[in-house]
Amino acid sequence: MLKLQNLTFEIEGKGKIIDDISFEMPSGKFLVITGPNGGGKSTLARLIMGIERPTSGRIIFNDVDITEKSISERAKMGIGFGFQQPPRFKGMTVRRLLSLAEGKELTEDRCCNYLTQVGLCSKDYLNREADFSLSGGEMKRIEIATLMARELKLAIYDEPEAGIDLWSFKTLVESFKTMSKSRHESVMIISHQERIMQIADDVLMLANGRIRAYGTREEILPTLMGELENCELSPEGSDNKWIS
Amino acid sequence: MDQLTKTILEQVADLHDIPQGAYNIRQDGQSAGRRSTENIIIQPKKDKPGIDILIKPNTKNESVHIPVVVTQSGLTDLVYNHFEVGENADVLIVAGCGVHNDGSKASRHDGIHTFHIGKNAKLRYVEKHYGQGEGSGERILNPTTVIEMEEGAYCEMEMVQIKGVDSTKRETSAKLKAGAKLIMIEKLMTHGRQEAVSNMDIELNGPDSVTQIISRSVAKEDSIQIFHPKAIGNERCRAHVQCDSIIMDRAKISSIPEIAANHPEAEIVHEAAIGRINNDQLLKLQTFGLTAEEAESVIVEGFLS
Repeated sequence: MLKLQNLTFEIEGKGKIIDDISFEMPSGKFLVITGPNGGGKSTLARLIMGIERPTSGRIIFNDVDITEKSISERAKMGIGFGFQQPPRFKGMTVRRLLSLAEGKELTEDRCCNYLTQVGLCSKDYLNREADFSLSGGEMKRIEIATLMARELKLAIYDEPEAGIDLWSFKTLVESFKTMSKSRHESVMIISHQERIMQIADDVLMLANGRIRAYGTREEILPTLMGELENCELSPEGSDNKWIS
Repeated sequence: MDQLTKTILEQVADLHDIPQGAYNIRQDGQSAGRRSTENIIIQPKKDKPGIDILIKPNTKNESVHIPVVVTQSGLTDLVYNHFEVGENADVLIVAGCGVHNDGSKASRHDGIHTFHIGKNAKLRYVEKHYGQGEGSGERILNPTTVIEMEEGAYCEMEMVQIKGVDSTKRETSAKLKAGAKLIMIEKLMTHGRQEAVSNMDIELNGPDSVTQIISRSVAKEDSIQIFHPKAIGNERCRAHVQCDSIIMDRAKISSIPEIAANHPEAEIVHEAAIGRINNDQLLKLQTFGLTAEEAESVIVEGFLS
């Protein structure tokens, strides 16, 4: 379904953020990409969506070379993207934003359904503006709801857990499970959270722009856990851990 | 009513036909239709062009439509309208002016509106300005709005200028007595070489009076906008002034909110921001399948909605 061939992304003065990566993600999979901060995870996700353009290499999606295609062309082919820090829109209601995501005016019931799935009390949010009056956590959930509103062949989430409290996180993980079954053919999640990895089919570990390990959850997780035991965890919030 | 007039009425007053309730339609300096109701009397002024709109005390859930249409190139239309909103009334006034200029001379409408809003009355006022036509003649709209609010009166004014007006100079002033609340919402979009100036002077003269001024604008191409909202607290009061603008292309915007407190319990706040459309906003909407141009117009439309 998705093939990356010798993908490289280089920034002048900073070197190779993504360094000659090749891998294939089969259709229908739930893939978690993990690894230390600065390892290139978000960049890789942005390259697949077309937000960044690679220095070299190809991206093949359902047998079509999409390397030169724009973001909106990729979106129309069925790729969606959840931002790590979603932008806010002055004057735009949550309902309008979700309607734009789905591509048609949404009924109140449908909107509420998406919002409930991300743990928001829907009626309170429908007509609220998706602006700075919402907290980071609320905005992040709405961002996830915008992906739920779309039927996608590949849904990419860039650290969906960032900014969401641990209490709500469990419900959200449940939502990812349901969603990947009903709305999204394949799911790629950039995450540090073990709980998300536990629902993955496959896990890919990225460090220094290269693939350190890629395989099924059963194969990869024990290795990662082993590495963790030798790794000092940051005492700060989950943002700074790459597994918690 | 010809098709052109109908189109303009639709743009400025959402009217598809003769409105329900009281109305006055002014076309090219003449009255093109008028109706009073039992509670709302519309009568022409005797000493100068314009009308008096008298809303009886306790009138509830009624509306008045007073659109103006200018289709003659070269016409300068000056009109004085006075609105007397009786005590405890609760009404909606839909005003608006559309200019269609196909000629080479400037068409201009200067509407001078005065409002007296009685004790505990509630008024919602919506005014839309719009210009169209292929001619090289300018379309000019210079509204002046003077508001006096009695104790406990409430007024929400929404003034929108979205398209086609080459030059506008707005002068708005208001005086609020005790417990009065005024919400001013101004939405403006300019393009081409258009110029828009908006001055507002809100005086909070009574204890516990409140005002909120919200100005949102988008300046495109080579257009110029200047905002100068001023809130003056002369008593224990609250005022919030917020100017937010999106700047595009080669446009220029000056935003000069001014606040003054002449009483120790006056709480007055202002915020002003001018900025380009955020790149992440464009990216986000493109991930829904919109092109960059579509994303831009959705952002602008939302911002001015």
